[in-house]
Order: sequence, then structure tokens, then C-alpha cells
Amino acid sequence: MRDIAYYPGCSLKEAAKSFEDSALKVSEEMGVNLKELSRWNCCGTVYSLTDDNLMKQLGPIRNLIRARDEGSDELYTLCSMCDNTLKRANSLVRGEEDKRDKINNFMDQENDYEGSVEVHHYLELLRDDLGWGEVRDRVVNPLEGLNVAPYYGCMLTRPKEIGLDDPHDPTVFDELVESLGGTPVDFPYETECCGSYNTVDNEEMVLNKTQTITAGAKKSGADVIITACPLCHFNLDSRQSDLLEVAPNHKPVPVIYFTQLMAIAFGYPEVNKFAEHAIDPREVLELKTKAGSER
Amino acid sequence: MLDKPETETLEIFIMGKKYEVPRGLTIMKAMEYSGYQYIRGVGCRGGFCGACSTIYRLEGDYKLHTDLACQTTVQDGMYLTQLPFTPAGRKQYDLEELEISNNPLLDLYPELARCVSCNTCTKTCPQDLEVMDFVNEAIRGNVKEVAELSFDCIQCGLCAARCPAEIPHHHVGQLARRIYGRYQAPESEHLKERVEEINNGVFDDELEELVNLPEEELRERYENREIES
Repeated sequence: MRDIAYYPGCSLKEAAKSFEDSALKVSEEMGVNLKELSRWNCCGTVYSLTDDNLMKQLGPIRNLIRARDEGSDELYTLCSMCDNTLKRANSLVRGEEDKRDKINNFMDQENDYEGSVEVHHYLELLRDDLGWGEVRDRVVNPLEGLNVAPYYGCMLTRPKEIGLDDPHDPTVFDELVESLGGTPVDFPYETECCGSYNTVDNEEMVLNKTQTITAGAKKSGADVIITACPLCHFNLDSRQSDLLEVAPNHKPVPVIYFTQLMAIAFGYPEVNKFAEHAIDPREVLELKTKAGSER
Repeated sequence: MLDKPETETLEIFIMGKKYEVPRGLTIMKAMEYSGYQYIRGVGCRGGFCGACSTIYRLEGDYKLHTDLACQTTVQDGMYLTQLPFTPAGRKQYDLEELEISNNPLLDLYPELARCVSCNTCTKTCPQDLEVMDFVNEAIRGNVKEVAELSFDCIQCGLCAARCPAEIPHHHVGQLARRIYGRYQAPESEHLKERVEEINNGVFDDELEELVNLPEEELRERYENREIES
């Protein structure tokens, strides 16, 4: 079993626990142990664009320091928001000497950080390190006939300096779905923003976004939507059930984490806890996949 | 015959005024030596009660240090002041009525989410607790971890006084320990039995006897009591 340093982020310990559980399980299958940093703090959630308040950069940079101090030069993430925030803070340290000095001077009890840790998303592990062949080899329950809409959202691919794929035409999810034996559907809203934090105080706007994205996926023939973001998941899953109250004709599409899809194909559907989803994916998955969604 | 050594003195500044005090005194004793009388901001004098928060700087150093006045000895060139109280907001709650949601800590103290992980609280803590780490555990709703990481907190409130996000860390830790103790920790069987014994009056006679002893005899019993050395 190979250890890789892993930063979970707060959501993966709470609302998105099944994202983490499924990722741990499928990683183990592929001989990889996601070794959680022994201590970590909030990533900062959103990368701060405020140029003159570096306090907001301390959280993400501190996590990179923790990884470095634990002897890791690579750090893997699952949550695409954490991935984005950590990568952008790392770029700031690498690219802006005056800000890096100021931050290091402020953190005067820690050893200076110069940007030595490389942050990767788990999808990069699959694509660039293990390779799709490794994924294919673990499939015991190919997702034949399952149409999957890859929903990238914003954080995985933008801005392009830190994005893990082409910001206009990303393919990493499509490649994953194909490796699992399923069919990726071409879907016009795959990089559309879900409305993000507006969900807190502008529910109507997020309901509109959710309707556009999920109805678009349905129209393209999707049985299920996959995501790598707990906030996208909340907006497309929970808000979709809110949407059903005001738009009863809406045809719901379940939204699951890409690692949950892997768990089904790898033969461990029981880690998924689909009963906790607002739009229950079990029926469509049972109908479409041989082993069903849960044993 | 040895000469009696001359008492070495050093110079300190209390609220900006210079004093000469003997070396080796604690900050608390040095202030009393200099003529200050503690009315508030003092308690056990043994490093347990957290009442004597103190803040100081050393000449020529930019750092602002925090500690307990009863536990820290004075150094030459110390600029001192006492912090008798930290006006950090503590929420009112009835532990028995408290609704234990996914994250009761964040429910009662939403300001927790303002933390930017600057680590000032951890640097401030005179107990050397990992304060920022328990704040982060609190944000994640991990009550048990908060209870354990904050276990040695003495509620001095220095963390809250220094926090740029205005979080009352010590009150959050206390709430976590209470919730953990009341709802999550396994019940201690021997404690339950002892409480039952007390309620059933098993120790009433012995207590009654002590209460009615003349002072002389009470003193004698105290002095001759069996005690582990």
C-alpha cells in the first residue's frame, strides 16, 4: 500500500462524508492509502482576491506548511473548492515575493514556506499517476448502459493557471466514466457555475441555476450527474428537491460524487450511503447497473 | 562564615512606571512588592484558576507576550500590565435543554466561522494548548476532539483578547467539554455509585461528626490524618 498525503477539508468530514468514504475505499482497492494530515485547518474555502489583506491567505498556506513539515512534497485533495484555494494560495507564494515575505514574517514561529509542496486533485492521481488502465482493471461491475453527465463546475478548471483540465472543454470526468464502462453524455452546462455561496442568501438564483443545469443534463439523456464539489452537490441535490416544490414538472436527476460512481463499479456500493441524498439515486442506478446501488 | 549574599534586583515597568524589584519574584509578587494590591485578577496563585492573565513586552523586542502573573518570574526590562477580565461573549444555555444538532458549537458561536487560521490564539495560550486546532475541530463539529484538545484550558481568556476574528475560544471549549461529558462520554460507573451512596446518606454520620467537633480536636485530626506523601 502506497501512502499519499491527503487534505480532506471540513465538508468531507460533515456533509460530504460519503465522498470521503467512497474515495478511501476505491483508493485502497488501487493500492493507495490516502494518509490524512495529522492536523489541518480550514482551507479558507474561497480564494481571497483582496490584494491588501493577506490574513485570508494564512489558512491555505498553513496547510501547505503542515504537509511540508510532515515530509510531503505532494498533497492530494478531493474537494474541488479546497483544491482551488490551496493551489491558488500556493501560486501566490511562488509568484509574489513581497507577499510571500510578508506572510513568512507574520508566521514567525513557523519555518518559512517558499511553495515547495505540489497540490494535486485526486482526479490528477487517477489520470496522471495511476492511469485509466489501473481504474479499468478494478472494475467488477461495468456501468454498461449508464449515461453519466460530467459536471465540472468552476473550481476544477478555472482559472486555467491552476486548472487540471481545459477550462472550456474538460475531459477528465469523461475519461473516468469510460474507464468505468459507462457512457459520458455531452452536456452543455458542464462548466456552468452552480450559484455557489449565493445559496445562502439568494436561493431563487440558485434554484434557477440548478434547474438549468439539471434539466440540461436530463435533456442530454443523463441518468445521473457526477461532481467533485460538496457545494455543487448541495446546490444540485438539495436545491433540486426544493425546486421540485415550486416546479413539480421538473424531472429530477440524481447527483453523486465521482468516487461514489467508482465505488459502484468497483463493487463496493455500500460505502455510498445514498439514502442521505435529497434526490435518491438508488432507483435509477439499480435499474441501470447490474449490481445495483446498494447490496 | 559565608557573607549573606546581596539580593540582586532588576528593573521592571508596571503600566509604564519604573520599579526595582528583587530577582526571582513572580510578576504577581513583584507587583505586590511594588505596592500594588490585587482586588481582581488574582485567584489560586498556583497556575490553576486562570484569573491572573498578564501581558508584557521585553525591552527591545517587538513581541507581545502573554502568561499568568502567578507563574512567570520577572525579567529585566519587562513592561507589564494585568488583564483582570476579558469581555468575551458567553452564550446562555441550559445543557439539559440544548438541542444537539450536527454542530451545536457553531450554532451557539457562529463567529467560529470567522477564523482565518492565523494561529494567534495558539501562540497566546499560557497553557500551550493547540487552540487554533480546536477551533478548526469546532468548525467541523467534532465535539469530542474539541473537548480533548481544550481539556487543560483554565479559561484565562487571553486567546479571545488577542483573536482578530473575535472568537471566544475558551467558552467554545467549555461548551464542548460540557456537551461531551453530558451526552457523549461513557458514563463512569463508580461515579454513579458514589453519587448514589451520597444521596442515600452513607456519609452523613461521618460528616455530622466532623461538623460538631471542637476546633482543637479537628486540628489534631487534620494534622494526624493519613496522607500520601
